[in-house]
Amino acid sequence: MTALMTDTWWMTARRLKAWIRQPALLVITLVQPAIWLFLFGNLFKKVVQLPGFGSGSYLDYLVPGVVVMSAVSSSMWAGMGAIEEIDRGTLNRFLVTPVRRSAIMNANLVEQAVSTAVQSLLIVLLAWAAGAEFSGGIGGVAVLVVASVLLGAVFAAMSNTFGMLIRQRETIIGLSVFLLLPLTFLSSAFMAPALMPEWMRHVAAANPLNWALDTARAALSASPDWGIVVIHGAWLLALAVVMVGLSIRTFRTYQKTV
Amino acid sequence: MHAVEAHDLAKTYPPGTKALDGLGLTVGQGEVLGLLGPNGAGKTTTVKILTTLTRPDSGSARVAGHDVLRRPDAVRRVIGVVSQRSGADPAATGRDNLLLQGHLYGLAGAALKERTARLLDRFDLGEVAGRQVKTYSGGQQRRLDVALGLVHRPKVLFLDEPTTGLDPEARAAMWEEISRLAGDEEMAILLTTHYLDEADRLAGRVAIVDAGRIVAEGAPGRLKGELRGDAVHIELKEETAGASEALSTVPGVREVQVDGRRLSARADDGAAAVPAALAALDHAGIAVASVTVARPSLDDVYLKHAGRRFAEA
Repeated sequence: MTALMTDTWWMTARRLKAWIRQPALLVITLVQPAIWLFLFGNLFKKVVQLPGFGSGSYLDYLVPGVVVMSAVSSSMWAGMGAIEEIDRGTLNRFLVTPVRRSAIMNANLVEQAVSTAVQSLLIVLLAWAAGAEFSGGIGGVAVLVVASVLLGAVFAAMSNTFGMLIRQRETIIGLSVFLLLPLTFLSSAFMAPALMPEWMRHVAAANPLNWALDTARAALSASPDWGIVVIHGAWLLALAVVMVGLSIRTFRTYQKTV
Repeated sequence: MHAVEAHDLAKTYPPGTKALDGLGLTVGQGEVLGLLGPNGAGKTTTVKILTTLTRPDSGSARVAGHDVLRRPDAVRRVIGVVSQRSGADPAATGRDNLLLQGHLYGLAGAALKERTARLLDRFDLGEVAGRQVKTYSGGQQRRLDVALGLVHRPKVLFLDEPTTGLDPEARAAMWEEISRLAGDEEMAILLTTHYLDEADRLAGRVAIVDAGRIVAEGAPGRLKGELRGDAVHIELKEETAGASEALSTVPGVREVQVDGRRLSARADDGAAAVPAALAALDHAGIAVASVTVARPSLDDVYLKHAGRRFAEA
């Protein structure tokens, strides 16, 4: 077990180092959320006045939406890294060393979690600086970050699975283009569910991005509904476990096809 | 005990591509075995099996005494692998790549730092050690790859086409380096290559792979010696009748062929046969323009055992 942990540590440190080495990338990944926050926040400011919207400030409403959307958006590129490591021979180089196989997968997960958490926190800070209020306090923000990390794990695992299986960059790009906007707009990210057409509400109910939003919004409200947090959070967790399990299986299959 | 021992390895990739078809080989302690063959002959598959990356459909193999199928973990501890594709992390520095590699083998602290510094120095990477690998030249990257394979002082080193894609200068430097490694009595090296001159120059023993099997094996000199002698080519000043007959009288010269002004023949010892051949032609009053003697090449060996020219394979 300790050997697994040391291996995981070294493999994770490698990925985080690469990540820290490019601070510019972090800034770039924040440009889009900033545009969503400030452009949408101002453009649709008056949306909250619609009867039934039920929120005081649109910016406040928008923050979890942008956080969760950004988590999906950046996680979906995980498969690119997987393809690159396979193509370059880096993965095989690790596979001929004594490193524990699970440490390689653990490192993927931990890196994903750390980067999603940092990205989410930065968006929260950005919004806070712009005047957004978080009635749920630190606890609410913490739940928002955890929910976006779980959601990120779902889509990173999916992206990794496709990457290892199909090994074409186009597939990953296609997946991201095809899924991101429909998933975002078929959720409560930008619009209150009460104001959605009914069919859309049904679709949104089955949308994992929406589960993350339900979880986060319930915790962020002035009077948090912990029942919703736990139940929707559990769905999200279950899906993350399934998707990560699937990506581990694919990794095992990859090892057989080397 | 051999450092590497493989018996009867077979492997078929879907949908029915036979990569290995009963391949067997041994590498002795301190020996360099050159696995020579064209692309697709099964060299890389052999390396993948011996380095635990993939499993054979049948057959068995032991590396440094450990069964690759039953004890892959033990095998991984004692092998160093330099594969065709670099594998170094381009976003990390050369030094970080080496340190991580060391950590994965359980090295740490001052010992690892010292080992890393020594390898950087030895492979002439000291100046670029703090730069990201993506800024390295092809030769620097390849030297780092070899250094990565050596961090943990492996007992068996696998070099899979170590000079493919290098420019001539970098290749010469890499050969130099491999020759130095070959001097290490503690380490066995399995080198795969599709360059005849590379195998000839670096390997103490060569195994020729064709269609997933070893078709010939031995020291390069011996394999070439098995061919019936050197090729002797003589060019005459002008086409002369009777030249072939004159040459055939020389002891040790055979298979004389005439093609206009050009005569070619085989001789057990080409250099020794030349004076006698020239004397015989002179005696017959035939003027000679030039003589060349060619030692049989591994290409000739390949032709003999695989039934086709290496370049055509």
